[in-house]
Amino acid sequence: MWAFVLFIAVTIVTYVIFYAIPANPARLACGQRATAECIKRAAHYLGTDRPLYVQYGKFFGRLMPVAGLGPNNFSPHFKTPNLGRSFTNRLTVNSVVLNAAPVTASLVFGGAVFWMLIALPVGILSALRPRSLLDRIAMVFVLVGISAHPVWIGLLLAYFLGFKAGVFPITGYCDFINPSGNCGGPVQWAYHLVLPWATFAFLFAALYVRMIRANVMEALGEDYVRTARAKGAPEWLVMRSHVLRNALLPVVTMLGMDIGIALGGAIFTESVFGLPGLGKTAIQAIENFDLPTTQGVVVFATLCIILLTLVVDLLYAWIDPRIRLT
Amino acid sequence: MAAPEKEMLRQTQLELKGDELLVVEDLQKYFPVTRGIIFQKEVASVKAVDGVSFAVREGETLGVVGESGCGKSTMARCIMKLLEPTAGSIKFRGQDITKLSRAEMRPFRREMMMIFQDPYASLNPRKRVGFIVAEALQVHKLGTEAEIKRRVQELLEVVGLNPEHYNRFPHEFSGGQRQRIGVARALAVNPKLIVCDEPVSALDVSVQAQILNLLKDLQRDFGLTYIFIAHDLNVVRHISDRVMVMYLGQVSETADRNDLYKEPKHPYTGALLSAVPVPDPTVGRHRKRIVLEGDVPSPINPPSGCRFHPRCPRFVEGHCDVEEPALIHRGGAVGHTAKCHYPLERWPMTEEEMARPGVASTAAETA
Amino acid sequence: MALLEVTDLKTYFRTDDGVVRAVDGVSFSVDKGQTLGIVGESGSGKSVTCLTIMGLNPKRTAMSSGTAMWKGEDLLTATPKRLREIRGSEIAMIFQDPMTSLNPVHKIGAQLAEAMRLHEDVSKKTARARALELLKAVGIPRAERRLDDYPHQFSGGMRQRVMIAMSLINNPDLLIADEPTTALDVTTQAQILTLIEKLQEEFGSAVIMITHDLGVVAEIADDVVVMYAAEVAEKGGVEQIFKKPHHPYTWGLMGSLPRLDADVERLVQIQGQPPSMLRPPTGCRFHPRCPYVMPICKEVDPALAPVSDDPGHLQSCHLDEETKNREAAKLLAGMMAEAS
Repeated sequence: MWAFVLFIAVTIVTYVIFYAIPANPARLACGQRATAECIKRAAHYLGTDRPLYVQYGKFFGRLMPVAGLGPNNFSPHFKTPNLGRSFTNRLTVNSVVLNAAPVTASLVFGGAVFWMLIALPVGILSALRPRSLLDRIAMVFVLVGISAHPVWIGLLLAYFLGFKAGVFPITGYCDFINPSGNCGGPVQWAYHLVLPWATFAFLFAALYVRMIRANVMEALGEDYVRTARAKGAPEWLVMRSHVLRNALLPVVTMLGMDIGIALGGAIFTESVFGLPGLGKTAIQAIENFDLPTTQGVVVFATLCIILLTLVVDLLYAWIDPRIRLT
Repeated sequence: MAAPEKEMLRQTQLELKGDELLVVEDLQKYFPVTRGIIFQKEVASVKAVDGVSFAVREGETLGVVGESGCGKSTMARCIMKLLEPTAGSIKFRGQDITKLSRAEMRPFRREMMMIFQDPYASLNPRKRVGFIVAEALQVHKLGTEAEIKRRVQELLEVVGLNPEHYNRFPHEFSGGQRQRIGVARALAVNPKLIVCDEPVSALDVSVQAQILNLLKDLQRDFGLTYIFIAHDLNVVRHISDRVMVMYLGQVSETADRNDLYKEPKHPYTGALLSAVPVPDPTVGRHRKRIVLEGDVPSPINPPSGCRFHPRCPRFVEGHCDVEEPALIHRGGAVGHTAKCHYPLERWPMTEEEMARPGVASTAAETA
Repeated sequence: MALLEVTDLKTYFRTDDGVVRAVDGVSFSVDKGQTLGIVGESGSGKSVTCLTIMGLNPKRTAMSSGTAMWKGEDLLTATPKRLREIRGSEIAMIFQDPMTSLNPVHKIGAQLAEAMRLHEDVSKKTARARALELLKAVGIPRAERRLDDYPHQFSGGMRQRVMIAMSLINNPDLLIADEPTTALDVTTQAQILTLIEKLQEEFGSAVIMITHDLGVVAEIADDVVVMYAAEVAEKGGVEQIFKKPHHPYTWGLMGSLPRLDADVERLVQIQGQPPSMLRPPTGCRFHPRCPYVMPICKEVDPALAPVSDDPGHLQSCHLDEETKNREAAKLLAGMMAEAS
């Protein structure tokens, strides 16, 4: 319910912003030598000559999966939601988004795995050994990670590891499944994404190290952990069953929300490493005043975030009995 | 039961003598239990306080005892108008303050103050002690800056703190000292009535004794009236003139201190008294505790009839679970009332006597 | 031979502000089937004493010395592995706050079974059956159904029963109860105390009852240790402590307690606050608050010495016995006079 309201609000806001910008996509479509005739034709063709609410209504109608009731008035007639066509290259926005989505998904989810792989062990170990050398190094890492901007880190990594050392490719994307030329398949995919992942994961890894460390330390001080020790439980069992299970509960929620936020953060990383993902698509579309494409990315991203939130809520209810039963 | 009779049961006849500072009649506070996110539907209500009536005379201490969840703190907050009562009336010096607006309440706020349980949580950690104590004075614009400062230092001294500590922060004090700050804050505007909500529960015994003595001294010196809420029967006995026992949002017994502790009439009071450990091995060890079964039921669906019946050792089937007893005079003493069909005949009682209730005395007989 | 014999136990914690002497030379012993009460105010070191015996202090900051002989074996020098074997099976512990002492994400049946399976090689089914048996023994209604409930579905009193059931699952020889009823209402406290007494008879365990409530101690302890500022102020049989208290701190504790069986206009109050264990007072630790303070008290820490004519009763105070007997009699007479 809320998700639906949110969804409508986001799309309307995008429309209004575009309307407010003093730029005419029809004029752009006609190129340098725009005649009044051409602009008018283009405007009609693109639909920008209609009032704002009509444009939005049409957009919304295309998007709905139900296209009215069927002939017998009982079974609804389904169709694929349609995001319209791009103003600039007349490709369907559906295909643009669907082409870009896997790239961003690879980046974001790969990045999430990357940052959790760093954050979990570092966070837990530094919680177990507060003030040790490892803990101090981790804290410095956290400080740097939180203060540094991803673009700067990305450029730094690209320069030293990519350009100077030549260990990893600086740009380009290889498809996970369909090999094209010598670039493709899981290995190439991962190889090309190492730098973007690292860049992307840096900030979040830092945040998560700090969060996991704090959570684990808090859980270690809980009475039930003392109870478990008083039962005679060995330390590994205390950790696994009593400390981590409770300490990582909030991490799950955070992870869900942060992946949503990370979709936004992907814009920087994608532009640094030239990845043809959603972020880059959105930037290009905005530069060209390409409303349908921008709107498509917005719609898709909103849907993803809503879905993620839902998944996280369900997951949380599943792992935390206190929520499940209330 | 006929409707008017039922009405009579709810309204306890308060015998007013005219010198009452505070009169509370049939006070109710229900908290709604809601479902749904946008359209909140009230599915039930927590009957935290459900028809409480009592009066407090000027200069006396009314002790309120009951276990957690009996509604005693909610009641206190309703009296202070920190919570809006669902129904009932609160009269302070004969004036009904139940429906007063915030502005209209202001003059009364000076006369009623509250001391809270947790001396750690009830003081703003970022404010200096002087400011905390002076706040009420400033709100009510009582005096110039210099006068207020002098008054605050005086207050600190009255509660046994060093007036030099005016500029310190709460965390620089121990638990007992913080409770003293709480007392000084309550005293600042010369109130008539102080509602103390579990003021010593969080303190160690030696410090608890200090605070109890302080409260008694202040009462003597300033003619204060206390409503003293606690779960510790020893403490309540020590400080109170009259005691009110609450169970599940209702009053189950009220009496003068000595009558209540020497001759409890309600089985719940009996159970409470017998549950208190006695710090004397010869008495304590050979005494039989009356151990109640189970837990306090939920105030969302309180039991039918007498609310205590599911745990009562004197439960009579077909009577206690059907008919709600009235809070009426029991025993010989003036002002001793109990809400029970089968009040205790004597005290202390053996378990067998406890389980064998005498003939039910009806309201008509005793009235 | 005593079941547990603690001698000169010391536990210091390193903190940023310096070394905190949480326990500073405590000795006592517990016999089979006996109940020892340890009374003291918060910060007196009573809990840390027991955590030290159990080896549950944080290893990084705690330093302990002395001995804690458990059936002839020193727990302080035992290997972590051996300690784990003892914990939960031979010595079990229950804690003050039943709300936080159970893991919120595991079913209580599983938590009980875990306690058993850590020490005995039994099937899950056997452990579950035993868990059920104990839940019934501690008086949890409809125990079969409640095995699969989570802790938050139980009330405070019921959770403490679950904790007790869990501690007894391996038939321990000693049960350490750290303020088990402090967080509970009086009627629930009565239920839990009755239960501990009943189970003690049934299972024959010794009990160490840590509490600040003299009433609880008077009702269930055989022997009493009164702790003040990390040291033992006085110890002896329960009758000795309550009928012939020999330490001004014990007097203060008793006098400051409002009680049901006595009327006093003013409570005896102990002046001041308990001292900081970062910098404990010199000499007798109670001297800054003691109404009977003498010059010697500020210089010399009194040793725990036997009271003459009262075997088993030890106290640490410089006052002469005559004064003590007189003062104690005065205190008790005052209470008794007003009680009648």
